[in-house]
Amino acid sequence: MSPSKTQAESFKALVAGLREALREPEQFTLSYAAESSAFVRFNHARVRQSGQVQQASIGLKLINEGRHADLHITLAGDPEVDLQRLSEGLQQLRETLPLLPQDPYLLLNYNGWQSKNLQEHPLPDTEQVVAEIAQAAEGLDLVGFYAAGPISRGFASSAGAFGWHQANSFNFDFSLFHENGQAVKASYAGHDWSSEGFARRFRQAREQLEFLGRPLRTLAPGQYRAYLAPAALEEIMSMLSWGGFSAQSIASKSSPLQKLYGGDQAFSPLVSLDEKVSGSLSPAFSDEGYPRSDLKLIVEGKAGAQLVGSRSAAEYGLTANGASGGESPNALNMKGGSLPEAEILKQLGTGLYISNLWYLNYSDQPAARLTGMTRFATFWVENGEIQAPVSTMRFDDSAFSLLGSQLEALTQEREMLLSASTYSQRATASALLPGALVSRLTLTL
Amino acid sequence: MFDFHPQLKQRFAALRTGAEFFSLRYVRESGQYLSVRKNVAEPPSLSRDEGAMLTVRVNGVEAYAATNDLSQQGLQAALERAEQQARRLKPHALLDLSEQAVSTARADYFSPNLDQPFPSLSDCYQLLGAESAAVPKDERLVNWQVSIGITHVEQIYLNSAGAELRQAQRFVYPGLDVTAYDGNDSQTRSLGRENFGQQGGADVISRCGLIGAGPTVADQALQLLLAPNTPQGPRDLLLMPDQMMLQIHESIGHPLELDRILGDERNYAGTSFVKAEDFGRLQYGSKLLNVTFDPDIPEQLASYGHDDDGSAASKQFLIREGLLLRPLGGALSQFRAGLEGVANSRACGWNRPPIDRMANLNIEPGDQPLAQLIGNIEHGILMSTNRSWSIDDARNKFQFGCEWGQLIENGELKGVVKNPNYRAISAQFWKSLSAVGDASTFKVLGTPNCGKGEPNQVIRVGHASPACVFSHVDVFGGDA
Repeated sequence: MSPSKTQAESFKALVAGLREALREPEQFTLSYAAESSAFVRFNHARVRQSGQVQQASIGLKLINEGRHADLHITLAGDPEVDLQRLSEGLQQLRETLPLLPQDPYLLLNYNGWQSKNLQEHPLPDTEQVVAEIAQAAEGLDLVGFYAAGPISRGFASSAGAFGWHQANSFNFDFSLFHENGQAVKASYAGHDWSSEGFARRFRQAREQLEFLGRPLRTLAPGQYRAYLAPAALEEIMSMLSWGGFSAQSIASKSSPLQKLYGGDQAFSPLVSLDEKVSGSLSPAFSDEGYPRSDLKLIVEGKAGAQLVGSRSAAEYGLTANGASGGESPNALNMKGGSLPEAEILKQLGTGLYISNLWYLNYSDQPAARLTGMTRFATFWVENGEIQAPVSTMRFDDSAFSLLGSQLEALTQEREMLLSASTYSQRATASALLPGALVSRLTLTL
Repeated sequence: MFDFHPQLKQRFAALRTGAEFFSLRYVRESGQYLSVRKNVAEPPSLSRDEGAMLTVRVNGVEAYAATNDLSQQGLQAALERAEQQARRLKPHALLDLSEQAVSTARADYFSPNLDQPFPSLSDCYQLLGAESAAVPKDERLVNWQVSIGITHVEQIYLNSAGAELRQAQRFVYPGLDVTAYDGNDSQTRSLGRENFGQQGGADVISRCGLIGAGPTVADQALQLLLAPNTPQGPRDLLLMPDQMMLQIHESIGHPLELDRILGDERNYAGTSFVKAEDFGRLQYGSKLLNVTFDPDIPEQLASYGHDDDGSAASKQFLIREGLLLRPLGGALSQFRAGLEGVANSRACGWNRPPIDRMANLNIEPGDQPLAQLIGNIEHGILMSTNRSWSIDDARNKFQFGCEWGQLIENGELKGVVKNPNYRAISAQFWKSLSAVGDASTFKVLGTPNCGKGEPNQVIRVGHASPACVFSHVDVFGGDA
C-alpha cells in the first residue's frame, strides 16, 4: 500500500472511531495534516545541515448545543495510540464545553460534500538532487534550501463531509552570491524534478550573476521609475493579503484595503486579482470544512469579493466562501497585461529593475502605505540597458500609488511562484503574477 | 511532570547505531489560547504536541531525523534515517565536526511558580469577559479583543555521552487591543500581545497590567484618532521599553547572530553588517550601551539552564560601554568561527533542529529616572509600543513604527501624535544613544514570534530594557 493510501486509511479509521464515540447531539469536524519531508540546507555550495521530518496531526472541533472548542493533537502514527489520543482529546473537549457560553457566531456547514485530489508523482532521490546541485554550483557561492516529500490534508465532519488532498512536491530555493556580496535569487519547484529543467533554471540565475560583478551604484533617496519583477510584486501582494481581503479585518477597520472596500480608493483598471483555487496546489477545502471557491478579489481596480470564514459569515451576515480561519488568500492569480517581457528594459528606459523586495511592513496601514527593502539583483538601467547593480535601498510608498496612479503596465507573461515557507509545515500556497512597470517609486534611505 | 522520562531513558538506552555520537531531544507541549472579542467569548483553541528529534554524528557529519512515533521501533527507525542521511551526504558536507566537543551535563530547569496552578479556564474567561466589558461604550470603538495564551513545555535531552537535561516551563501571553475609527482613519492601541510574554503563572497577568486596563487603552485609541500626524524632521527620540525590545531585537540581536555572520542565513533571514573580525574591535554604540545575553532573570521568556545542544547558559556581556565583545553563537558556531559565544543553540520544537537564536538579549539599566530623560530633551518625541518593523537583510537600514507618540518640547511632554515612525541605520544609530533610563524604567518583555531558519522556525525571545534616548533621529508620520 502506498504511504498516501496508508495515511488516508488511518484518517478514515480515526473518523470512524470518532463517529462511534459521539453522543447525541454532539457534532464534530476533524481536519488532518501530515508530511514526510527531506530538508537539506546549503551554504558555500555544500551541505550545511540535513535531515528528515515525519509529522502528522489532527484538529478536532467538538460542538454541543451551541458551544464548541478546538483541540489540535499530534498523532503518533500507531493506530491504537492515535485512537487513544483522539479519545482523550474528545474527553478533554467534553469537559471543556460546559464551561463555555453559547457562541452566537457558530456556523456549521451541514453539507456532506466530498473532495479527493491525489498526486503521487515520484520524487527524486535526495542524494541524486544534492549531487546535481553540487555539480551545478561548482566554483560558485550557492546558499539555499531543498525541501521535498509528500503532503497530506484531510477533512471530515459529522455531517458526512469528507475531503482528502495528497501531493508530492519539491522546492529548491537558492541564491548565488558574487564575491562583492551582491546576490541573485531563484527557485526550482514543482512535482517533477527534471535535470534539464533544473540546469536551465540554474543557468538563468548564473547569467544574472554576471551583471552583479559590475561596480555598485549608490542611489540618493528620491523618486524613480521602476520595474517590479513578479517576485517583487509578490512581496507587495503578500503584505496586502495580511488582513487585506479578510471580512473580519474589513469590518473591524484593520484591513490595509479598507479604503478600497469602502469605495474611497481604487487601483488601476489594469489590476484584476483572483483567489483561484482550481488548478492551484492547495486543498480544495478549508480547514473549517467548506469547499473553497474561486473568487474575484479585485476587478479592474475595484473591490470585489472578500474572504469570508464561517465566523465572519455569522457575525456580519455574509456567505462563507471557504476562507481559512485567518481569511488570507493562498492561491493568488493576477491578470497579465500588455507589456511583452522582451520590452521591459526598453519601456523602463531609465530607472530601477527590481527582482525582489523584502521585509515589507506598513508606514500607515489604513492608507495602505508600505515600506520595505530592495534585496537580490536590483539594477540601475539607462536607456533600456542594464548599467550596474544598486546598493540596498528602502522604499516607502502607497499601494494605491504603485498599483494605481503610477502603474504604467503589467507584463503579458506571468510567473508561478510556489511558497517556500516551512513554518510548522510545508506551505501549499502559490501566486501567479505578472511584473509591474511603475512610473514613480519613492526611495527614502 | 516528566512522566515519559523513565520510558524514554529505557528506549534511548536500547537504541543501536554505528554513529560515533547521537542525541535525542524529546518535546511535549500543550497550549491554550482564550479570547473574548467585543464581549463575545471565542471558542478556546487547545493543543497537545509530542515528538522527538534524533541527531547523529557519523565520521564528523551530522544529520537529524524528527519523528512523531515515540515507540522503540519509531525512535530506532528515525535514528537509522538520520544515520543513512549523514553517510550518503558526507561527500558534500560543509563541516567536519569530528573534533567538536559534546555535552555531558545533567541538570533540571523549571519556570518560576510552576508548582502553582494556573487559573481555571472558567476563571480566565471571567477575567477576559470583565476586561472586555470594561471597554467604554463609544460608537467610534469598532473592535476590541482581550486574550490569554498559555503554553506548557517539557523537554528532555539525552545523548550518548551521558548528558541528561530536563526542563519544564510555562509561558504566559496576556493581551488587549482596541481599535477606534472615525469614518476615515483607524487607530489601534494595545497592551501586551506580541510585545509581552513571560514565564510564570497568574503573576504574569498582573505584571502585564491587563487587569483594569480596558478604559485606559480605549481612551488612548480615541486620543490617537483625534491626534495630528507626527511631524517630519530630526528630533531626539525617547523610546519606551516596549519599543526598545524591537529595536534591540532587529538591530543588535539579529546582526550579532553568528550563523548569519557565517553565511547560513543568506538565502532567507539575511546576513549581517557585522564581520567576524569586528568582535573585540568594533565600537557598536556610545559608551552608554551595555548589552547582555542574560538567562538568569527567572520570569524572562528565554531563561533556561542549558540550550538545546546541552551547553550551559550564563550571563555574558555582548557589548560593554559600546564595544562589541561577543556574538550570539552556540557551540557549533563557536567551533566553526573560533569565537567565544553564548549558549543560544535553540529549536522551536521537536521537528526543527537547533540553530543560533537570540534567547534573552537585554540592555542594562543606566542612571536616569524617566523624568530626567524627558527633562533633558529640548526638541523631541516619546514613542511607545511597536506596530511596524522593517530592516534590510544586513540589519542596517531600518524603519520602525509605534502606536503611541508624544512630542517633547523644552523638557516637557506635550501633545499626543499619531503614526509615529522613525528610520535610521544601525551602524550609526546606537552611537547616538545619549541617555539610558535607570532601573525604575526597566521592563522585562518578550515576544513569541521571532522567525528564522531553513526549515523555518518561530521561537520565543526575551528582551528587557530601560527607556533610552537617541539624539537627532529622522521621525515622520503617516498619510491620513
